[in-house]
Amino acid sequence: MHDGGKVIIGLIIFLALITFPLWYNVATGKAGYVPELEKATDGPCVRDTIYMKANHMDLLNDWRDEVVRSGDRFYQHADLGRVEKSLSNTCLSCHENKDKFCDRCHDYMGVEPYCWDCHIIPKELTYGN
Amino acid sequence: MGIDRRKFVKLAGLTVLGFAGAKPGGVFSQETPAADTASTAPPSGEPTAPLEGKRWAMIVDVRKCMQNPDCHACSDACHLTHNVPDFGNPKDEIKWIWKESFHHAFHEQGHEHLEERMLHTKLPVLCNHCDNPPCVKVCPTQATWRREKDGIVMMDWHRCIGCRYCVVACPYGSRSFNWRDPRPFIKEIQPDFPTRTRGVVEKCTFCEERLSRGQLPACVEACEHGALKFGDLEDPDSEVRAILRENYTIRRKPALGTQPEIYYIV
Repeated sequence: MHDGGKVIIGLIIFLALITFPLWYNVATGKAGYVPELEKATDGPCVRDTIYMKANHMDLLNDWRDEVVRSGDRFYQHADLGRVEKSLSNTCLSCHENKDKFCDRCHDYMGVEPYCWDCHIIPKELTYGN
Repeated sequence: MGIDRRKFVKLAGLTVLGFAGAKPGGVFSQETPAADTASTAPPSGEPTAPLEGKRWAMIVDVRKCMQNPDCHACSDACHLTHNVPDFGNPKDEIKWIWKESFHHAFHEQGHEHLEERMLHTKLPVLCNHCDNPPCVKVCPTQATWRREKDGIVMMDWHRCIGCRYCVVACPYGSRSFNWRDPRPFIKEIQPDFPTRTRGVVEKCTFCEERLSRGQLPACVEACEHGALKFGDLEDPDSEVRAILRENYTIRRKPALGTQPEIYYIV
């Protein structure tokens, strides 16, 4: 290998630079950071927590289509009985703080759902009035 | 050489493993927090029985509107209930139900010697929930469709791409387009109904969300003079059928074959 030492040093510098964000987060203690979400004020949820963490967006999409396209407005729950399929009126009635529940995790994951462009957060009526 | 390829790959692998060591916690942990199964109160109240009909229709008694020329309780109630914005200029106006002159609403029936009382009459107009809706035919995304179970011409604002074909196709001007973000122009937001966004078409939905809760449409409920009647045309014993049997009624632009389901007693 010609100029092996220089190549290796170059590679080490290159690796150090591209992994800088990782080292930086380890050094500043941010590597293990995960957002703490505010607990629901009431319960139980319509589905269990593990399902909701992974699939709440699918559930909401299904609810949306069932309500709007089929007029099927209620979800049958073993303990809760008939529950209205509604983000604003059902989900947010227990998860009252959208900032500390929805947004905190969405910001961390870098996703920007546009539900709230139209649907209203009952506790945050900022427009009009 | 102090380091060969084999050693380098080993070291690189170990470095990566070092990063992977941290245990995920918080929102991404697989453990179920105990608090989630605590209380039992249902999040929403006990639902009431929905109003059900096979073919919803409305009858407007224009004679009663004539006696109250300054009344617009129907449009006020509708626009409040459905978060309809008021942009303050007719170019951007969003309308679900509004009052129109006889000449504009029934221009085919009008003539220059129309009786005096009709010349000065304003009557409520809204989406006709046609049996044969031209807006539905032109919609490229099926964001608007005629509901088979009760004939309501529905809107799915999630699906509307704002092409405005339906606005052009509707012969009654019942559809409005949001040229601007409507939210800042809504006087009083009702939290139980969504707003719309810029680039979406909206119109009257015969209050299908209220029917599902067992309530009459907001305009019908708000009309103190009994000028608006709502009911099921397929039910021969319904109030609307009785009114249609006993009164001469007209519909807007019947020659177009859209089969509108808003009837007017003039």
